Amino acid sequence: MPKSYSALRTLKAKYWPLIKSLQTFLLLLTGLAGYMSARCPVFNIGTVLSVTGSLFISISGSTVLNMWYDRDIDARMNRTCWRPLPAGIISPPEALRFGLLISILGIGWALAIDLLYGAIVFAGLFFDVVIYTIWLKRRTCWSIVWGGISGGMPVLAGRALGLGYIDWIGLALTFAILFWIPTHILTFSMRYFDDYKTAGVPTFPLTYGFQFTRVTIAISSVIAAVAMIAAAVGIGMDWGYLRLIGVLSVGLLGLAIAMSVRPSERVNFGLFKYASLFMLGAMVMIVLDVI
Amino acid sequence: MKPLDRILLLITALLASYQVVQGIAGLSSMAIACYTIGFGVIVIASLMMLILGFEVLDSPLVVIASTLIPLSLALGLVAQFIRPILIPYGIFTVMGFLAIVATRLVGPKKLAVITLAVVHGVAGLTIFFLPIVIAFQAKTPGGFAWVGIGGMLIGLGGLLLSFLKAGKPLLSRGRILAVFPGLLLLTTAAFVAGFTFV
Repeated sequence: MPKSYSALRTLKAKYWPLIKSLQTFLLLLTGLAGYMSARCPVFNIGTVLSVTGSLFISISGSTVLNMWYDRDIDARMNRTCWRPLPAGIISPPEALRFGLLISILGIGWALAIDLLYGAIVFAGLFFDVVIYTIWLKRRTCWSIVWGGISGGMPVLAGRALGLGYIDWIGLALTFAILFWIPTHILTFSMRYFDDYKTAGVPTFPLTYGFQFTRVTIAISSVIAAVAMIAAAVGIGMDWGYLRLIGVLSVGLLGLAIAMSVRPSERVNFGLFKYASLFMLGAMVMIVLDVI
Repeated sequence: MKPLDRILLLITALLASYQVVQGIAGLSSMAIACYTIGFGVIVIASLMMLILGFEVLDSPLVVIASTLIPLSLALGLVAQFIRPILIPYGIFTVMGFLAIVATRLVGPKKLAVITLAVVHGVAGLTIFFLPIVIAFQAKTPGGFAWVGIGGMLIGLGGLLLSFLKAGKPLLSRGRILAVFPGLLLLTTAAFVAGFTFV
């Protein structure tokens, strides 16, 4: 028993850093929130666990493949050079095998649950790994749009599973995530400007300058909030939760304006954190509203 | 900022969020809107301090935004309990808020402090006395007086910050910042506790 426990710990220590756990859990939460927003029988524990498992494994698989392909970029950046692949903790073929294995497992599981759900989960992985990472990331700074679209797939998949079809609310939720993701990526591309420059990755600050990037972040944060509010109204959330989403949106708008008018590194990073908190809060509220 | 301060601010934000979501059953939309603004500002202020640190208190906008807490809560209480004076009190609140904004942005410093003290003072006294009087008259359960305690605490916090901003601090900046997260949490807790009795 202690031997197997120790083996598990070793495995976890080796592979866990490959899946960007915080980002994975946030995307997983959006998927669960999307599912619950359909107000289907959420206490069907079997389905909830299946959604959780298939999404977690698929998103993790996508992230591992992403890390495998970007290992040369990661090695050139101070922020990421400690990751398992550039640090030599895991070899590239091992990471590729692990990424492919869990991706196939996750997509297979998702398809077994429901064809439409599985297709959307697969689309998320395809957009992230093939379109965003392999095809566009090294060519154009606009690749983040595809990063955003792939990030929006878990919430769309969850809602489509609950309803059996894709509706405008699912698309609004996807839109909210799509416009939240640039806040995340662009903030990092400004904060680690030199890193990205050294690695030769085209980013908004490199291509269009800092001010344009700040305004883009501000506008996309506001659009994300508006899409979230529209979705929340469409879902028919309780007035109390709508009030709180409205309150949180005011804070987001304030920070977006502050960043455009009086830009600073602190406000920039603050907006990024607040936008993440906003999205997390909104998703938790969707879940709480149903429960 | 110390980890404990972060925890206190997070709890404050969660408590105020709870109150925004919960609302108060059976109230007019005017009262609900006022309470939402008051608790909403507490939510945003706590999150901003949590994310950006105490430096956010140095912004001139903070004085303006933080004034919304007592003003909106006081107007909400008036809308809930003394409707006959709602219109004149509402006019005072709006005019007072505009006067604070105007004097902060363009007026002389002394006038800004006097305006703030008068408007803040009236709102603070309303929040402090009205719930206690209402509870004493048995129009609400006695626990509603907690809102008055919250009013007293927020008045204290407002005074500390106002005098600090005016350059005549009652306590050192370090000491004020040391007690501020705890004071904000106690204030919010007292408000939330009080409103459960309505």
